[in-house]
Amino acid sequence: MRVALFVTCVNDALYPDTGRAVVTLLERLGVEVDFPAAQTCCGQPQFNTGYRAQAERLARRTADAFAGYDYVVTPSGSCAAMVRDQYPGLGCAGLGDLPDRVYELTEFLVDVLGVTDVGACYPHTVTYHPSCHGLRMLGLGDRPLRLLRAVRGLELVELPGAQECCGFGGTFAVKNPAVSAAMGADKVRNALSSGAEVLCGADNSCLMHLGGTLRRQDAPLRTVHLAEILASTEPEAAAHPQPDAHADPNGAAA
Amino acid sequence: MSSSRERVLARIRAALADVPATEDRPVHRDYLPTHIPEDRPGLLAVLAENLADYRAVVHRGTEADLPELIARLLGERGSTSVAVPADLPAAWLGAVTGVRVVTDSPAVTPGDLDAVGTVITGCALAVAETGTIVLDAGPAQGRRLLTLVPDHHVCVVRGDQVVASLPRALPLLDPTRPQTWISGPSATSDIELDRVEGVHGPRCLEVVLIE
Amino acid sequence: MSGTYLGMPAFPEAAAVSTQNAQLRANLSHATRTIRDKRAAAVAELTDWPELRQSGREIKDHTLRHLDRYLLQLEEAVTAAGGTVHWAADAEEANRIVADLVKATGEREVVKVKSMATQEIGLNEALAAEGITAYETDLAELIVQLADDRPSHILVPAIHRNRTEIRDIFADRMATWGRPAPEDLTDSPAHLAEAARLHLREKFLRAKVAVSGANFMIADTGTLVVVESEGNGRMCLTLPETLISVVGIEKVLPTWNDLEVFLQLLPRSSTAERMNPYTSLWTGTTAGDGPRHFHLVLLDNGRTDTLADEVGRQALRCIRCSACLNVCPVYERAGGHAYGSVYPGPIGAILTPQLRGTASEVDASLPYASTLCGACYDACPVAIDIPEVLVHLRERVAEQGTGHRAERAALRAATWLLDHPAAYTAATRAAVGTRRLHPRRLPLPGPAKAWSDTRDLPAMPEQTFRDWWKKNRGEGKTAR
Repeated sequence: MRVALFVTCVNDALYPDTGRAVVTLLERLGVEVDFPAAQTCCGQPQFNTGYRAQAERLARRTADAFAGYDYVVTPSGSCAAMVRDQYPGLGCAGLGDLPDRVYELTEFLVDVLGVTDVGACYPHTVTYHPSCHGLRMLGLGDRPLRLLRAVRGLELVELPGAQECCGFGGTFAVKNPAVSAAMGADKVRNALSSGAEVLCGADNSCLMHLGGTLRRQDAPLRTVHLAEILASTEPEAAAHPQPDAHADPNGAAA
Repeated sequence: MSSSRERVLARIRAALADVPATEDRPVHRDYLPTHIPEDRPGLLAVLAENLADYRAVVHRGTEADLPELIARLLGERGSTSVAVPADLPAAWLGAVTGVRVVTDSPAVTPGDLDAVGTVITGCALAVAETGTIVLDAGPAQGRRLLTLVPDHHVCVVRGDQVVASLPRALPLLDPTRPQTWISGPSATSDIELDRVEGVHGPRCLEVVLIE
Repeated sequence: MSGTYLGMPAFPEAAAVSTQNAQLRANLSHATRTIRDKRAAAVAELTDWPELRQSGREIKDHTLRHLDRYLLQLEEAVTAAGGTVHWAADAEEANRIVADLVKATGEREVVKVKSMATQEIGLNEALAAEGITAYETDLAELIVQLADDRPSHILVPAIHRNRTEIRDIFADRMATWGRPAPEDLTDSPAHLAEAARLHLREKFLRAKVAVSGANFMIADTGTLVVVESEGNGRMCLTLPETLISVVGIEKVLPTWNDLEVFLQLLPRSSTAERMNPYTSLWTGTTAGDGPRHFHLVLLDNGRTDTLADEVGRQALRCIRCSACLNVCPVYERAGGHAYGSVYPGPIGAILTPQLRGTASEVDASLPYASTLCGACYDACPVAIDIPEVLVHLRERVAEQGTGHRAERAALRAATWLLDHPAAYTAATRAAVGTRRLHPRRLPLPGPAKAWSDTRDLPAMPEQTFRDWWKKNRGEGKTAR
């Protein structure tokens, strides 16, 4: 089984800990994972903003970079949805069967590896925000929640209005900043009302938006990618009684 | 005839240049013909429940009970006048006394009906799943305005007029007849998207189900 | 479309103001949340909802793909049943046809059933210019008309008003238009509905001409269908001598039995009811029952332009249920007026720029008025893939250039970088290398400022993932 990590451009440049967590997690589960260096961005920002030709260029690059791998695993529902749902509609040659081989992390864990208990320990109160593309395009369903429920020490609390968009929306966040901020503020208010210490998600772009909003408010809630929670094990959790600092790049430079 | 007609049709044809003239894509109709069992008592029970859910008042009885029941409903409402279609079975009003009867005819105006307390009609059919009564100006129904202007509508539904669902109802209806489908009394959701009963149509709908 | 909306600011500017309106936000949040849960329950009652949705979609697509044939069939059937069919290429022509028909009756006033098509063409304003008064009779339209306001929702045009505001509008304005509101008017919805009943009843009883739209037109029988709740529709469609219906050409369905699909999809999607209280169906004219004269005005007004777009034409499936508005987080916060059109919300964001084109600033901004979260697509009873059409229209707007030059240049540069991994690696490495210099908020205008007005920018990590990988796993593992 040849498995490639599709780390995504956002994680590569801003959230490397998420990529490292995926590597740690998969290796712990006995999966040998590779990182093809030719990968950059799937082209979703270009596609969603109306620049299809540019998106096609990056789609071809992505398809080339991951040629030959049985599974392409990514810690981003949004990027997985771009490849699986949008690449076929681009109609450009050379994309091969990549759409069939790409898996969002929780899909890979639950559907391919057949595990829900990944041996993690994370003694914190956590609430989960299901990002829209994972929720509606990929249909991740309760896979992330099943994984979280199996984490030792983790108390999962419900996020009110969980299925509602956080307001990030890629370039929407800067093209319509007022509405984006209003949606983010409501999501953050709901997350705070859950009583959780950690707001967890499976897409760092949404968490960047929500984490930035929380930080501006000095709110007592941190954003952590799901992969980093699943990668945490007992010794690490014991060493860091507070929600893991490395898990939140916003916290790292505080 | 008009040049706009030709213009619009030409635009449509140009817009559909990508559609093969001979195209005949199948339309799938995999939805259910009905969502409920179709035994007679079951249909009546579902109809009664759905009518009541939308605040129609439902009464059940036999053909023989009907005159007494109608007289009682008029009395309880305090109606001193009642509008009826010309072909309403005479027996239905058999127990009514001391009430002015306005029989539908072309001479009866909306203003006349505005002064009437109650209207009594039959119906063409009823749909249990949706709690709907269909009037088509057929037997015992009169013109459309008859059941519109008075504030109190008593509608008699015979058991054999009840069907389960829309797919069962539509083939039984004649499109050339003017139809009014009624599902509960007049209502609105226009204030804060919350449903409240009663605006322009009859604010009180009473349905008599004859077993 | 209507001139009423000329000169509207683009969506982001309008939304920046409306999102600050606490009363509006509270009204919209309350109303859309009320209907959202009810709709979900109404839909869940039908186990075959996906199949109904698929049939609805396919019937509409089939009809649109043979629209000329079905319109001609409809015209023949309506004419045979005693109606008169008119064709209007645009708003101006439709308004002219209606005004002439009204004037021919000698009347100076008409009663109206709520209709999106007549809103779209600005019929009331056009009639007013001819000295004809149009009375809106739907409760919400009445509120909007009395307040000299604009509709902000497809189903509930006064959704931006709460009961207290409506009470004040009725108390202040009803007397100017006819029977005054009762002295002791409260803000209970039942009292407000009663006031509307009294105010409008005298108009219904004296009206000689009515104007309506239609939810559906049946090609093989010539039947028109109006779905409503209050009974104002029945009043208008039954009592006057002359009925004029202005209907978009996309509202046609092939056969009578097709109603079994759409009359299951529409009420549950719009008001969350198993069936709306009143549905009126009529075919031409009927001797002795209802209007003696019936005119059908078939309206194009940009629909054929929409039809010509192979991706965008699916917007013409819309049955105006407004389910997409009620689930849209952007609509809920920005409100309907920000969309600068009678068609607000997700469906408006794809319909308006297709009907009106994307030349104006507001129309060009509409395809971007969405996070592409997909809630609208899930809710749509005829499966219009609104996100797909939004992205498609963004391509159109991006190509037309105006206002997107800087963005295009930036994205081209970014794409070049992303298509050259060596340069990309160097650039990201440079960014993390200067991480201590990156501020959390930016005072300069532009996208970064738009971000950091309310949100901190993310901190740069110590090293990129690819550098970490190279250092820790790179040797002997990476094949490429």
